[in-house]
Amino acid sequence: MSWLDRPASETQITHRDRLWLYGVTVLVLAFLVLPTLIVIPMSFSASRYLEFPPRQWSLRWYEAYFASATWMDATRTSLTAASLTALTATPLGTAAAYGLYFSRLRLGKLAFWLMMTPIIVPAILVGIAIFYAYVQLKLVNSLIGVVLAHTVVAIPIVMMIVTAALQSFDVNQERVARSLGASRLRAFVEIVAPQIRFSLVTAAIFAFLTSFDEVIIAIFVSGGSNSTLTRTMFASLRDQIDPTIAAISTMMIVVTTGLVLAVHAWGARRR
Amino acid sequence: MASSTAFDIRIRQLTKAYGPIRALDGIDLDIRAGEFLTLLGPSGSGKTTLLMALAGFLRPDCGSIQFAGREVVRLQPHKRDIGMVFQNYALFPHMSVAANIAYPLRLRHVDAAEIARRVEAALAMVQLSGYGERRIDQLSGGQRQRVALARAIVFEPKIVLMDEPLSALDKQLRDRMQIEIRQLHERIGSTTVYVTHDQREALTMSDRVAVLNGGRIVQLDTPQAIYERPACRFVAEFIGESSFLPVEAIDGVWHHAGRALTIAQPPERDGRRLLMIRPEWPFVLTGPPSDDRPTNRFEGRVANLIYQGDTVLIQVVLADGSPVQLRQVARGHGSGDLPAPGAAIVLGLTAADTVLIAEDDGERP
Amino acid sequence: MSGSATGAARPSPIGAPGGDLHAAALRRDDRRERLALFGLALPALLLVTVTMALPTAWLFWLSLLADDGTLSLVNYARMIEQPSYGRTFLTTFEVGFLTTGLCILIGYPLAYTLSQLPQRTANLCMIAVLLPFWTSLLVRTYAWLVLLQRTGLINSWGMALGLWTEPLPLVHNLAGTLIGMVHVLLPYLVLPLYGAMRAIDRDLIRAASNLGASPAQAFRTVFLPLSLPGLAAGALIVFILCLGFYVTPVILGGGKVTMVSNRIADDIDVFFNWGAASALGVVLLVLTLSLLWLTGRLARGVNLFGGGHV
Repeated sequence: MSWLDRPASETQITHRDRLWLYGVTVLVLAFLVLPTLIVIPMSFSASRYLEFPPRQWSLRWYEAYFASATWMDATRTSLTAASLTALTATPLGTAAAYGLYFSRLRLGKLAFWLMMTPIIVPAILVGIAIFYAYVQLKLVNSLIGVVLAHTVVAIPIVMMIVTAALQSFDVNQERVARSLGASRLRAFVEIVAPQIRFSLVTAAIFAFLTSFDEVIIAIFVSGGSNSTLTRTMFASLRDQIDPTIAAISTMMIVVTTGLVLAVHAWGARRR
Repeated sequence: MASSTAFDIRIRQLTKAYGPIRALDGIDLDIRAGEFLTLLGPSGSGKTTLLMALAGFLRPDCGSIQFAGREVVRLQPHKRDIGMVFQNYALFPHMSVAANIAYPLRLRHVDAAEIARRVEAALAMVQLSGYGERRIDQLSGGQRQRVALARAIVFEPKIVLMDEPLSALDKQLRDRMQIEIRQLHERIGSTTVYVTHDQREALTMSDRVAVLNGGRIVQLDTPQAIYERPACRFVAEFIGESSFLPVEAIDGVWHHAGRALTIAQPPERDGRRLLMIRPEWPFVLTGPPSDDRPTNRFEGRVANLIYQGDTVLIQVVLADGSPVQLRQVARGHGSGDLPAPGAAIVLGLTAADTVLIAEDDGERP
Repeated sequence: MSGSATGAARPSPIGAPGGDLHAAALRRDDRRERLALFGLALPALLLVTVTMALPTAWLFWLSLLADDGTLSLVNYARMIEQPSYGRTFLTTFEVGFLTTGLCILIGYPLAYTLSQLPQRTANLCMIAVLLPFWTSLLVRTYAWLVLLQRTGLINSWGMALGLWTEPLPLVHNLAGTLIGMVHVLLPYLVLPLYGAMRAIDRDLIRAASNLGASPAQAFRTVFLPLSLPGLAAGALIVFILCLGFYVTPVILGGGKVTMVSNRIADDIDVFFNWGAASALGVVLLVLTLSLLWLTGRLARGVNLFGGGHV
């Protein structure tokens, strides 16, 4: 009896009867995964029209990317902004998560939801609100402006990750440390943080990715020599299908996927 | 490790309320220096709340806590200089055994050589010499217990608090650890406050036991007094087994079901009480009532015999319908012939063993 | 209360250790500690308030001002009067409903199959669902742009397989926008739905089978109804996210698909009409928050991850 004739569920329906369902599932999964992956081989196509499979393999689009001052500046801006965002949002968000979690003030709930607004409110509104503020503060087209704006959007994500980590953390550890003579700060640095470091690193990585991938706010707020990679890509995409973007996309896919899989693997290894 | 001069603890009017619920209801308690005191009670009785207040992790609504005359109720936990062992041990998984134990010494700026010496001494005291470099996840439950103990005493605290440290261990290990903890307490000579819901544990280990219920101390006494002279029904039922018979005083003479009783230490005031009978106190009377020992007689019928390995539980129903249980050794001396179910039986209770207790904890016996 | 007839004497009272036994001081200590902890959150709170909350409030205020600076509802009136706004809302809802519908159509079978697989296989497949989740929005939209164009992969393969003769206009229109949005939003439907399906007690299906239901009947009468709350929550989330979408309609819509967010951006970039833009923003925000509140009620009323348990 092949596996096709074995029961697939509690109703004893066989796998064979469900083959059509499995087919649909495979198609949907392909729909989800393939389009992004196909960009990778296409970026090595010599033709302007990005064939798949490429008739001729070439690195010309990668060369075009590295040779272009515009793209290089944009990449530098994005990497810098994302790193600074991670460096700012992670401590601020962690401190906020810890403080709100342990203070148990009624005001804390209000503060928590207030700090969630950047991801609850539609991105376009966040964009124009910040843009409006920056026009008054003369922060438009500045790197600081971008970092601040991205930090605001990254903080809720950091808070959610760290709060979840604190909830599953054995609070007796902190108590023991304090009973042995450590102040709250010392107990956090020496006992709590090392044990939630997986969540802290994950939060930092997600803060980085949030800033790196962010489009709408960057469109409004970054500009000129401080344009982010996403803004430059967006502007280019409105006009024509620049094949250089295929090369950039491939690199972004590799970086993002690599980071996410690394976090996933590290998490799996800990268990 | 030299034994340090222990501190006494004086608690006055300690109160903590959560809305209408009084977790601690104006507790007054004096704990003597060097004493092993157990806080015993069911869940929700306030025993853990009291311990947490002593440690500083719970801020009471009002009250005073003094360690050797020094007021500490407003002092932050990390300044109270006490040792603490938690139910789940709370060992730092990212540090080795030695690093865990060294932690309080590092915080007190002890120099490295002295730290190493004291950590070794602490490990020896809990019979874990040589385990210094092990990781926490390599240890068994009993071993983690000991590391937690070592960490709590290595800096020679004058007061040690323990929150049900043995409840996660199996029975055999628990029995052994009870004795070891008691020995450790005597060696380091600190004042130990121990929380448990296991009455056998409390009786085994303590100098005195404080029984708590509903945020109040219902009785504070030695284990023997608590077992043999409980203050009220709650304590009698919580500790050990017992049967209760209603008794009443008529003109200063106590009666049960119309029969007068001879009592070695009768209560001061008249009224209604309960006669508490521990199952090992009654004996079966075979002969006629003549005896030089003053004995109270109870006539009834055997309802059931339950074999329990080392003892036999005999369930008797008295003439007035009240149930009484007694235990007899199953074999060897004193077992004799066991009565058959349904047979008539006469139980005897010496006057000294006839103990009257209050119905609730408001009255004094 | 403490002590006993044979035990120690009642403890002697200590001379008034602070009148009311420190009650007031302890209250103050408690307050101080909680405020200090709350203070840890202040930097983040300040940043969010100044950079976002305040400007948003200001924008609300702006929406109530006419061009000459007087207080008026002219911006909102314009939304009702001018037909272009009506078209924008219509398009937005059209895209929203179509996207949600398509997500349900292809997402339900996917979630169902995954929920029936053993945990380890399902986790592996979940990576496939989550990976696009974490790829940049722009990259994914670009991928579809390349795939759907006249000379793109879909058209060249479709024609090669003989499925159609002329290259289909799959991009720079509604179709392209829908494909791109479904691709981005599908994980948001699948994840809560999968969670709800996993939590359905298998014994209920066994009971239905034992009582006489065929597999199709057991699915229709037991499994499907129990999965509906998870489906509703996922669908609402997808719809809410559709409302605020900006990037995909611009790139894949070719200017023919104008949703609310596009209109807001245009009002600012092209017309410099902050009043109109902020009024639209207010409407969008109110819509989003009401739907979120609805989702919250739904998720609370029936435990999203405990479907089937009484």
